[in-house]
Amino acid sequence: MSEILLPLAVAVPIVAATLPIAAGRRFDAIGWPVAALTTTAVVAMAGTVAREVYGTGPFDHELGGYAPPIGIELVADEFSAAVFLLVALVSAATLVFARVVGPHRNTFYSAYLLLTGGLVGVSLTGDLFNLFVFLEIVGLTTYALIAADRSGVSAYASLKYLVVGTVGASLYLTGVGYVFLATGTLNMADVSTQLQAVGYTDPLVQTGYALIAVGFALKMALFPVHTWQPDAYQRAPDAVTTVVAALVSTVSAYALLRVSYSVFTVDFLAANDAITTGILVVSGVSILAGSALAAMQSDLKRMFAYSSVAQFGLIAATVGIATETALLGGIVHLIGHGLLKFGLFLGIGLLAAGYGTRHVADLASLARDAPIAAGSLAVLSLALVGIPPSIGFLGKWYVALGAVQAGGTTGGIAGVAIAAVVFVSTLFTLAYVARVLERLYFAGVDRSIPVVHDIGAVPDGGRSGRLPVAPLVVLVVTAIAAVGLGFAGAGFESLLDPFLTEVFT
Amino acid sequence: MMPISAVDGTTAVGVLASTTAFDVITTRHAYVAFALLLCTGLYVLIASPNLVKKIIGLNLFQTAIFLLFVTSGYVEGGSIPIVYPDAAGGPYVSPLPHVIVLTAIVVGVSLTAVGLALCLRIYDEYGTLRVDTLRELLREEGTLPAGSEAGGRTSDANGGESRE
Repeated sequence: MSEILLPLAVAVPIVAATLPIAAGRRFDAIGWPVAALTTTAVVAMAGTVAREVYGTGPFDHELGGYAPPIGIELVADEFSAAVFLLVALVSAATLVFARVVGPHRNTFYSAYLLLTGGLVGVSLTGDLFNLFVFLEIVGLTTYALIAADRSGVSAYASLKYLVVGTVGASLYLTGVGYVFLATGTLNMADVSTQLQAVGYTDPLVQTGYALIAVGFALKMALFPVHTWQPDAYQRAPDAVTTVVAALVSTVSAYALLRVSYSVFTVDFLAANDAITTGILVVSGVSILAGSALAAMQSDLKRMFAYSSVAQFGLIAATVGIATETALLGGIVHLIGHGLLKFGLFLGIGLLAAGYGTRHVADLASLARDAPIAAGSLAVLSLALVGIPPSIGFLGKWYVALGAVQAGGTTGGIAGVAIAAVVFVSTLFTLAYVARVLERLYFAGVDRSIPVVHDIGAVPDGGRSGRLPVAPLVVLVVTAIAAVGLGFAGAGFESLLDPFLTEVFT
Repeated sequence: MMPISAVDGTTAVGVLASTTAFDVITTRHAYVAFALLLCTGLYVLIASPNLVKKIIGLNLFQTAIFLLFVTSGYVEGGSIPIVYPDAAGGPYVSPLPHVIVLTAIVVGVSLTAVGLALCLRIYDEYGTLRVDTLRELLREEGTLPAGSEAGGRTSDANGGESRE
């Protein structure tokens, strides 16, 4: 029964995406209701699928009744169900914010629904080529959404992302081509068995994986190839940044973990030291550079954009470490980071809508005017640093623990080095988060005297000095969830245990 | 799944390892063309200062990948994979890569469309498609930090420091 939910969850948003355009000819503001209704339905489907997966176990659906390996299948297992749930919840919650700050055009909501469909597709697909198609659906709609405010600057940021993102996806496709040459199949489960027969040190397979990893690095914005990301996040409309920062790179990182662990498997990673070392170096540099660059920013959105570079470095590092604890940490951090970035960009966007704050300096003593939003922002930033109890701490803890364990068992310094890098980057994170908190709470500015702003870009809705209630509620709930999930370490471990056991046997 | 492409692929590697460069070029010309097209596309993408030419480079890059897939389905003496009820004929070329490439072409076309639409908007706003001129304009406008090529290495020019 619930198998049919998998294709529906992909198809419903994509089909519904046509409605705002079609109905928009007759009704003016039909986009938001359609999007809200659809994403709510997707949340319901995600909830049902998650309950089924965590209750009775993974299941799949063969599209069109063609059995894999020739047919395409959609798979819901412990890992994909978690990402699916995150995608559904965040895309529904962002709409609450988008209703207030816009964009309000019907076409925006069409693109938004297409994005949701693509994200769900990436998280559920069990086919390598199908993954490419969904990645490109996500990519295309993201480029369109980033340029949704129709300014030249955002178009330039979007085009930059388009070029880099397409190269990334194309490199992934080339890698898939190499794997296809080696194995003659595209179904993930089948490729993983065929690879065993071909051999993990076959140059074709190695090149294929290298191309795939580089492709995802571009999409996730790891350090040397991250330059599109801060521009894209900064120039996009606030509602778009919220959803893009929370989900788009997240599903690319999910795809990297999925392809590395489920398709190429740990045996491949163990057999190719050069590849894992390369990944560890890139992600280590990414963690440090991302954190350091974030600490140098004064634009709020840009600051947290660079912080994403560091956090995705942490997630990519789990591929290099390749231990059970590290993978658990990678998954927890993937979900946690998505949630935290959603909350942070929502909070920043809300304050920008209410008070026109774009830079750290603008935040001066804002906690007096907006105690709830500032408080939630503070909680979320501290969770990003990794202060327990929070989801941010949990992910970092497992990754660092896995790294130390790997270093302990193999005697290699790589694991210990990664743990040290995580520690140093935590200090950097604290450095930029502390700047935000200091401005918010201890700037000592009397806000009863109106502050003169000299920024050109007035956010939609102007500076009313009041925060809309509905998104504020979402923000508070997110902050509570970020802390509450920090207590759920054992829960994550037992829920993801079947997946981890399958990967590591 | 047809095992043909797998056989073709793995032997290709074996052949490559044991023959001279000349043999590779004469017998595996499709793969050589793939590599050349890929590199040309990537070079145009990186080196050309014109945004539209960058998109052309991107197209070339993607076309190279299509070529790789189509080549992987080729079988010596194979015919079009339309199997009639009496099932005579064969061997056939593998139809799967063709279907894949068809989908990938659609993806590529949509990407080109979005890219060109963005180019149009940039041209409307700034009157140029050259990246270097565009950077200068953005820098004058204050949206791109001065003296930074990649953008964002230093804090923004319109940053908050001056107003603290």
